[in-house]
Amino acid sequence: MQIYLPIAEMSVNVFVILGMGWGIGFLSGAFGVGGGFLMTPLLMFLGVAPPVAVGTGANQIVASSVTGVIAHTRRGNVDFKMGGVLLAGGLIGSTSGVWLFGLLQRMGQIDLAISLCYVLFLGVVGGLMLVESLQAMWRIRRKGRTPPKDTSGRRSWVHALPFKMRFRKSKLYISALLPLAVGVGVGLLTAIMGVGGGFIMVPVMIYLLGMPTQVVVGTSLFQIIFVTANTTFLQAALNQTVDVVLALLLIVGGVVGAQAGARIGARLQGEQLRILLALLVLAVCGKLAFDLVATPSDVFTLVVETQ
Amino acid sequence: MMDDRRHGIPDRTRPRRRVLLALAALIVAAALALAWAKAPRAQEPVQPLVVDLSDHLVAITTAFSGTDVLLFGATDGPGDVVLVVRGPPTRKVVRKKDRIGIIWANRDSVTYENVPAFYQVFANRPLEEIAPRSVLARHQIGTQNLDFVPVDQSVTDSFVPGFRAALVRLKQKADLYGVGTQPVTLLANRLFKADLHFPANVPTGAYSVEVYLIRDGSVISGKITPLVVSKIGLGAEIFDMAQQQGPLYGLMAIVAAVASGWLAAVALRKK
Repeated sequence: MQIYLPIAEMSVNVFVILGMGWGIGFLSGAFGVGGGFLMTPLLMFLGVAPPVAVGTGANQIVASSVTGVIAHTRRGNVDFKMGGVLLAGGLIGSTSGVWLFGLLQRMGQIDLAISLCYVLFLGVVGGLMLVESLQAMWRIRRKGRTPPKDTSGRRSWVHALPFKMRFRKSKLYISALLPLAVGVGVGLLTAIMGVGGGFIMVPVMIYLLGMPTQVVVGTSLFQIIFVTANTTFLQAALNQTVDVVLALLLIVGGVVGAQAGARIGARLQGEQLRILLALLVLAVCGKLAFDLVATPSDVFTLVVETQ
Repeated sequence: MMDDRRHGIPDRTRPRRRVLLALAALIVAAALALAWAKAPRAQEPVQPLVVDLSDHLVAITTAFSGTDVLLFGATDGPGDVVLVVRGPPTRKVVRKKDRIGIIWANRDSVTYENVPAFYQVFANRPLEEIAPRSVLARHQIGTQNLDFVPVDQSVTDSFVPGFRAALVRLKQKADLYGVGTQPVTLLANRLFKADLHFPANVPTGAYSVEVYLIRDGSVISGKITPLVVSKIGLGAEIFDMAQQQGPLYGLMAIVAAVASGWLAAVALRKK
């Protein structure tokens, strides 16, 4: 069954889009990633223009994140206080990021900058997560169910920072400046890469802030809702690149997938969850890196001149 | 016509201009009526080419997945019929990737103006048998004869032909430019028809369908028929709103997303 997308200006198979939405929604629910880092390349692969893919993807992630947050809130897995601080930083970061994006665009090579950003961050994040979670699993196998959480070395300077706040859900008593800075940094990157940023946010929350994995997922989703809503609004207002018909199809598939994903995610252990996410991130990274290095099938590309 | 008027109004000094005007109008009307009455007989020799489309509007609805329009017409005798379907002119950038270190990145680009968004040629036999190159070039028949205008380029002029060929090839790959010619069916050397196919990704805008009657290598007659490709219905309304009320459209998109996300969470909780 074909449907015509009014903004993307193309005809697509309804079931392909529904299936894509389901898959992305599943990941969103299970891992706490918005799925933008998969959605954007997938939509472009279908032939959707990159700006429309970014704008519409953001719109869909708003919906799947709302569903995910509700599911995680019921299990008490959302630290709203932490999410709020991260969000404040995220809005500052993404606003500066939009400006930086414009600067890179004027310099040319924005496509290359985006691809390199993806490869770099997906590679580093995925690699670190895979190594760490494999080590953790290995330790559990040997010593039984007591993974040693030894981050005392880092705590020394972290604890010296002012504006300390207690995040009860995350079982943390740290300076608010830390999550704020994390929010700014991630927000900056996500605006440039056009994604929600869960795939960066989740590992940063686990490894840098030391939050428990179960809380990380819901809290990350909570923050993603607002970052992607911001992106949707800016894209619609400035570039008219949000296709609601495409977004709604993705949402319908996505909300169902997110529920299934949240259930699976709750059943999996933290380490397993992290290994799977790490493998997924590395797979996308590998594909993008391959595309950068491999000889393209056609060295020419055609773009519509945008003034 | 002027002669008629002078015959009907011998006295030019007559003061009543109204009467004069009324008389003139009457004569003009009579002359027109006479010409019209004679028309049926005179039509065939005067009009060597008659053309029409089964539809002058390609409506892109929500269920649109490409469509066919039938072009039909008649000629006053034997000859070759060539059709050119041309979309609205656009501005396109062709970029070329080059190896920089180990990475492939866009380096050179050429910007073209006057690039038809859609282009297809129909003919009853191969173009080179129908007319010499100069004739085809004058009427921009065939992709090699399209008048792309390079307006901005980062390469030396000698490399531009490669970019031009790439533009045509990429357009053909997207089904927006025809490869070679599509068939025109001739019936008894007088009637002809052609099926114009518009794919799902057809760009919107004002199109023209040019029909040429070619005899012994020269164009005897030409007709241009307009064709509009336009979004219709819900899709058109969504597009218009996105264009004209961007911020409101964005807010509505967010509200719709939040509502459907919440709805799904509530609906699926029961399970």
